[in-house]
Amino acid sequence: MRIQESVIERMDWVTVLLFLALVFFGWATIYAAVYDATDPVSIFNMRHEAGRQLVWIIGSILLIIAVMVIEFRFFETVSYIVYGIFIVMLIAVLFFGTKVSGARSWFDLGIYRLQPSEFAKIATAMALARYLQDSNGHFEKPQHYLWAAGLIGIPVLLILQQPDAGTALIFGSFIIMLYREGLNPIIPIAGITFVVLFILTLLVPELYLYIGILTIGGAAILLGVKSTQRILIIVAGMVVLSGAIKSMDFALNNILLPHQKTRIEVLFNPGLDPRGAGWNVTQAKNAIGAGGIYGKGYLDGLLTKNDYVPAHTTDFIYCTVAEELGFVGSFAMVALFVLLLLRLTRIAERQKSRFARVYGYGVVGILFFHFVINLAMTVGLFPVVGIPLPFFSYGGSSLWTFTILVFILIKLDAHRMQIFQR
Amino acid sequence: MNESSKYVIQAVIVLIAAGLLLKIFSIQVVTEDFSQGGSRKQVEYPYRGNITDRNGKLIVYNSPVYDLMVVYNEARIADTTRFCLIFDIEREQLETALKKARKTRLIPVPVRERIYNHEFARIQDYLVDYPGFYVQARTIREYSSPALANALGYIGEISKSRLDRDTSGYYQSGDFIGISGLESRYEEQLRGKRGLKVKLVNAQGVEQGAYQEGRLDIPSQPGVNLVSTIDLDLQQYAEMLMAGKTGSIIALEPATGEILTMASGPSYDPNLLAGRDFGTNYADLQTDSLRPLFNRPIMADVYPPGSIFKLLQSLIALEEGVIEPYTRFTCNRNLIACHGPHSYENLNGAIKHSCNPYFYQTFRRILRNNEEEDPFKSAPIGMEKWRQYLLSFGLGRQLGIDLPNEKPGIIPKTDLYDRIYGKGRWKFSNVFSLAIGQGELGVSPLQMANFATIIANRGYYIRPHLIKSIGDQGPLPEYTEKLYSMVSEEHYTPVVDAMEDVVKSGTGQYRAKLKDITVCGKTGTVQNPHGEDHSVFIAFAPKENPQIAVSVYVENAGQGARAAAAIAGLMIEKYLKGEEAELRMEDYVLKGEFIY
Repeated sequence: MRIQESVIERMDWVTVLLFLALVFFGWATIYAAVYDATDPVSIFNMRHEAGRQLVWIIGSILLIIAVMVIEFRFFETVSYIVYGIFIVMLIAVLFFGTKVSGARSWFDLGIYRLQPSEFAKIATAMALARYLQDSNGHFEKPQHYLWAAGLIGIPVLLILQQPDAGTALIFGSFIIMLYREGLNPIIPIAGITFVVLFILTLLVPELYLYIGILTIGGAAILLGVKSTQRILIIVAGMVVLSGAIKSMDFALNNILLPHQKTRIEVLFNPGLDPRGAGWNVTQAKNAIGAGGIYGKGYLDGLLTKNDYVPAHTTDFIYCTVAEELGFVGSFAMVALFVLLLLRLTRIAERQKSRFARVYGYGVVGILFFHFVINLAMTVGLFPVVGIPLPFFSYGGSSLWTFTILVFILIKLDAHRMQIFQR
Repeated sequence: MNESSKYVIQAVIVLIAAGLLLKIFSIQVVTEDFSQGGSRKQVEYPYRGNITDRNGKLIVYNSPVYDLMVVYNEARIADTTRFCLIFDIEREQLETALKKARKTRLIPVPVRERIYNHEFARIQDYLVDYPGFYVQARTIREYSSPALANALGYIGEISKSRLDRDTSGYYQSGDFIGISGLESRYEEQLRGKRGLKVKLVNAQGVEQGAYQEGRLDIPSQPGVNLVSTIDLDLQQYAEMLMAGKTGSIIALEPATGEILTMASGPSYDPNLLAGRDFGTNYADLQTDSLRPLFNRPIMADVYPPGSIFKLLQSLIALEEGVIEPYTRFTCNRNLIACHGPHSYENLNGAIKHSCNPYFYQTFRRILRNNEEEDPFKSAPIGMEKWRQYLLSFGLGRQLGIDLPNEKPGIIPKTDLYDRIYGKGRWKFSNVFSLAIGQGELGVSPLQMANFATIIANRGYYIRPHLIKSIGDQGPLPEYTEKLYSMVSEEHYTPVVDAMEDVVKSGTGQYRAKLKDITVCGKTGTVQNPHGEDHSVFIAFAPKENPQIAVSVYVENAGQGARAAAAIAGLMIEKYLKGEEAELRMEDYVLKGEFIY
């Protein structure tokens, strides 16, 4: 028992408190989202999502205890095995899974529905951490890049088969971890460039983009560059970008599924299909806008109940915060997330073992991507992809995933000094 | 490992979170659009303007009807059959509406439109049993009497094609718009302005009262009421007289150009095109062989004017100086047929007895009244000048009445005869039938009435119109301007005197003659190759300071002296004497068989 006590002493209580604050903020929000003034029920009532969410919360506390009790080296040891198990499950779910709203991504286990792609995020973070730990030192050779790409790419490809583009997108978050480990910044910058280009192809006629690239490239050559080699690089860059525009146009029209394409298009033109694909975002924006600065007051929201905002207890849960607590509440929520993320980067930085540090940045990346993409899609800055807002969205799979994700890091952190005692 | 990348990551986290907050701030605090969340905008249809007659009697007004609406997300129907029975709708109709409503979710969709007041009273108690169903009030046009249908026109929901053509940017689908008649011509004034009601709604779409205490509501502006020039009593009387006949009766107030009566026969009850059976009723009216939707007073412009045209020939000849009131011509029936016992008339006698050879000679002189000696050369020149006179009397062109689809009538141009006979190869003898108002002439009944007005006014007219005041603003400016004919005032005197004699002792005597009122008139009998001749009469009264000018056109009713003259007399008497009118010709008009 001595070990347990010392774990409690050495736990990072700032993170734990931020975690608890978010979880209870989330629980209260779910209660507000299902609260019906004409038929008020207690927050503990099992008929409603709020009551059931409490069960998930209790479940996650048990999970926390379990994670804390397990020997800390266990996570590093089993990381490849866990990764392997979830890859097998991701394959199995394609054959034996249950289809929920178009994607075959759930195992129906009677009382509990398991979504292996949620836990695959943790497994992949652990596997990447383990790989970088083993490669001991540098992350710069092509074979390092290839291995990392493989570890991320396999689950991504499997998840895309379900198809669940939203969850697959989250795996992009490992770019943060890899960047911290020395990934050439050209790669994230190129990624961002392509995203910007992609958006531009939707907004601007193709011809203008070519003219723009020619102008910028031409100006760069004329104004600054003297060496032939650099001119060649710039010309090559221009060709690559032009090719990229062409292929994005192709991707938009041929590779994306029709509903994905409309979801992207309504971002820029919500009036395009106000009753269809634009519906979610329009309704969500109405609800958010109705909050104003101070909100309508807790439980007094009108729009975030029942069907007005779709998925109002899960993906669009933020709308309830916005409507009832206004900009003040939104600010508080965003601030809590930012504080947690900054605290987690600090924890990651102070790790002595590479495994723990890399895993820490994996946690930061996953949480950050979930938080940013969910909010961005709710406020109409990003296509509607079904990913939950961590700690707020109703549901066991998601809450338990984030709990385990964060508390493995807390556990590793609690033992960071022991690495020298080996 | 690069230490700076740690700070880059932290900066990215903070910056992106700040960007999101900025967007949230713009939605929650800055943008007005989204701050209306929780509201539902509801169009408030304006009251369309009423139309009253010149004495303040209502002609057209609004009456409430109800649309049964459904909001799909709230709709519960326990027993569909019972529902259909209570609300008196077909099962398919309900299913179609529900299908549409399923797509619109929270937006109400009409299930049954235009439920009248008495039906509404019956169903409103049942509505509480059916959540998601409610009624929305709107109005339809109602008419105080079945008169004036063609002039009033009708309104209807704006069509898709009309909406596409609309450049004003005002209309939305579901709006009602004037489709014909006055409703169309004065649409802008009558329609008013749509309003907006913003209702607070909860997530179920159920209204919870006014949004933001109604601060965003825009009240609808009712349309402007129009005061018509019509005398409703006289109009109804005219339509009664036209019963069973084809033709038209028009009465004008000469001094103002105001239309007192404009009856088209056969007509229809305007209420037929206001209710929910618009579709079937319209189809019936449109396929009716008697063409009740054809507004004869302004659209039947292929009628030749017949003998009433002799008055115009007299005026032109006097102005041209080719005859004087005392000029006599022999009634040479070898030139052109004539009727009645007379042989050598002056102008007065010629008009009184409608002497055809007299006007044959007169018209020849008009056409020859120029430098050219060669009859083949002088006729076209004379004809062109003659045509200018006709135009100045409002013939051969639209008079500009405030109704759509006014027809211009037909007056011949020289090139018409150039085409028929060849240029320089026709002269008076080819066109002489124009002399007595036959041949290539077409005059609408309104133009005939306007012609009577010009004579009554001794030389001018004001464009005939149906609306004497828009609200209290008076008529449109074009309806106050005097337009002069090319014939000077003094030449009207002998013509007016002759018209007086027509009624006193000439062709129009007996049937149009009235006690105590000096009526001036002229008969016309228009040859009809397809059957019995058409009966025409124009008149005004009293002779000095005329109060009313009338044109009557009864198809297939034989001589102008018969039905048309009698009707004109009755109209004048009814208008000038009101309750004291004897109306002794009424039986004759009503019982005579004038339709074939």
